[in-house]
Amino acid sequence: MQIAGFRLDLERLPAPLPIWRATVRADTWLVVARAVVDAGGRLVSLWGSDRTRGAAGCLVASAAYALNEGLVWLDVELSGRVATYPDLAPLFPCATRMQRALADLLGVTAEAASDQRPWLDHGAWPAHYRPLRREDTRRTPSAGRAVVDYPFVRVEGDGVHEIPVGPVHAGIIEPGHFRFSVVGEKVLRLEQRLGYKHKGIEQRFTEVPALQAHRLAGRISGDSTVAYAWSYCMALESLAGREIPERACWLRALLLERERVANHLGDLGALGNDAAFVFGLAQFSRLRENWLRLSNEVFGHRLTMDCIVPGGVAGDISPAMAARLIGQCAEIESDVRILRQIYDEHSGLQDRFMTTGRVSPELATRLGLTGLAARASGQTADLRRDQPWPPYDRLQVNIATQCNGDVAARVAVRFDEVFESLRLIREILSRLPSGEIRHQIHLPGKSAFGAGRIEGWRGEIFVALEWDGENGANSIRRCHCHDPSWQNWPVLEHAVIGNIVPDFPLINKSFNLSYAGHDL
Amino acid sequence: MWRTVKQIARLGFRSEAAPSCDDAPRIESERIQRQLLAILGRALSIREVDAGSCNACELEINALNNPYYNIEGLGIKFVASPRHADMLLVTGPVSRNMAQALRRTYDATPAPKLVVAVGDCGCNGGLFGENYASRGRVANVIPVDVAVPGCPPPPIEILRGILTAVRRCRNKPD
Repeated sequence: MQIAGFRLDLERLPAPLPIWRATVRADTWLVVARAVVDAGGRLVSLWGSDRTRGAAGCLVASAAYALNEGLVWLDVELSGRVATYPDLAPLFPCATRMQRALADLLGVTAEAASDQRPWLDHGAWPAHYRPLRREDTRRTPSAGRAVVDYPFVRVEGDGVHEIPVGPVHAGIIEPGHFRFSVVGEKVLRLEQRLGYKHKGIEQRFTEVPALQAHRLAGRISGDSTVAYAWSYCMALESLAGREIPERACWLRALLLERERVANHLGDLGALGNDAAFVFGLAQFSRLRENWLRLSNEVFGHRLTMDCIVPGGVAGDISPAMAARLIGQCAEIESDVRILRQIYDEHSGLQDRFMTTGRVSPELATRLGLTGLAARASGQTADLRRDQPWPPYDRLQVNIATQCNGDVAARVAVRFDEVFESLRLIREILSRLPSGEIRHQIHLPGKSAFGAGRIEGWRGEIFVALEWDGENGANSIRRCHCHDPSWQNWPVLEHAVIGNIVPDFPLINKSFNLSYAGHDL
Repeated sequence: MWRTVKQIARLGFRSEAAPSCDDAPRIESERIQRQLLAILGRALSIREVDAGSCNACELEINALNNPYYNIEGLGIKFVASPRHADMLLVTGPVSRNMAQALRRTYDATPAPKLVVAVGDCGCNGGLFGENYASRGRVANVIPVDVAVPGCPPPPIEILRGILTAVRRCRNKPD
């Protein structure tokens, strides 16, 4: 395959979406990165693995790039006593935090990177412990330590003061720290500090049986349990070389679209509430509750956790249940249409939404904004349309886009996506193929690589999986899970510049990024 | 404006009875309010602390504010500061990076300082367990009065856990 005229010896992984993998030398690493920039590609994820086996093997840094043709997963082998790799941050700003996390987890650093502060490691982990190093994974960690202070960037000048927020926030939300530098009410600078929820999930993956690890994947970010479980199962099925039954594909898409609607309904209500329109919260939270209750009846779980399993889905639905799901789409659609009109005509609400927290399309492209937020800033990317995997290859997804990049645009994209997902759900249910819902998965007796890529409600979820089947090891050697929040959190820092402090909760909610999925 | 009013009028009152504790559900919400007043002498204020969950428990705790559960109608509300709270509702597992913040939140909470751990992870560490970055269950970091299992527990079970902790509070030494 060629990237902007540059030939690479790529191995195609047997995934339902086009995904290639290759190992490159350190000097090629940057050449390819530049070619990706020239071709208009994006950095999806950056991570690392310990591939040592006794004296053999080495540490590896990996990058995944999204191109028009598909996803390219590149490994660079790190040698020498000081394991480093070329810094990607000058080409892809979103690489900065991923590189800092990689240094915390594996102890390998980007050469001469401008920001080398720890990111996930707050000083509370045992001393000199690198959780993804094999020798550290095997030893029992010594006692933890106290968290240390973090060197925030200070803004100097007359009248500038700081507002520290978090990690325990005022609402029922996840923990993170926001440091605002403000003059009066106006935000000059926001610096985030995340990592509070890091609980060692990537190390945990290596201790869980591969055929049960979809449960762990489904608990990386509870609001995206379907997207993560599907992504993980896709990676596992791809390395096992096993396709899933057609009916299972369609049922997975049904679950994914229902997850999208559930989250959008919740967010639309919360956005009304954050602009002091409590009516919106009451209305949308009622719709969301109706939605979750039917999920519980049909799938046995309100948030549809553990419904996607390796090889297919856990349970089937009856024609009567399908009819109820279709009927609910009509009810929800008519209510959401009424509510959209109310939102659109409410001058106080629109005053808060419009021009607030703006990310211009140019900035979105430069910073690598992704997913729903990107579509509100003029980026027309959606895997369901661009790389349609079964059953989306038969569904013709219409994607929602807006150009203003403000809170109002992110609200509009959510409304449009609710209607489109309701249409898709009805179509999926009316065309649901018959047959089995689950295949047995046999994992290979050798080392193998697999990858999964899903357009979740927030954006693209990516899973890179390494299986070790040699000498009866039969375990996950490495499972890297990537949340689109990695790309979008830094953009939020830009979105709030020049806005007033009271608009921050509204802007933050309009992105609704994951802390758990980012901190892992 | 008339559309907003019309929508409110069309839907009417949707709140449901609180979970029955063997009394007739009709009088349940009244009974809960009376108990809160008898035990605490005031409405119950809760500070929610996410100490490392996957966020699913938070989604279900948020659902308690929807019109069906109408938790404020029972005299229970979520507050922005532990200093205003009678109870901490904590989800876990407690990450090492959050342990200090959780401890400080607990220290800042005045009596009766009730703690309800929500979800399997809060009860026993869940799928994540204890490791270099996770301290596991909430009780490993602060004292817990009631633990509500489930992954995540549905809102009605969370509400039941909250009410159970309030009732036990009667016997709790200050």
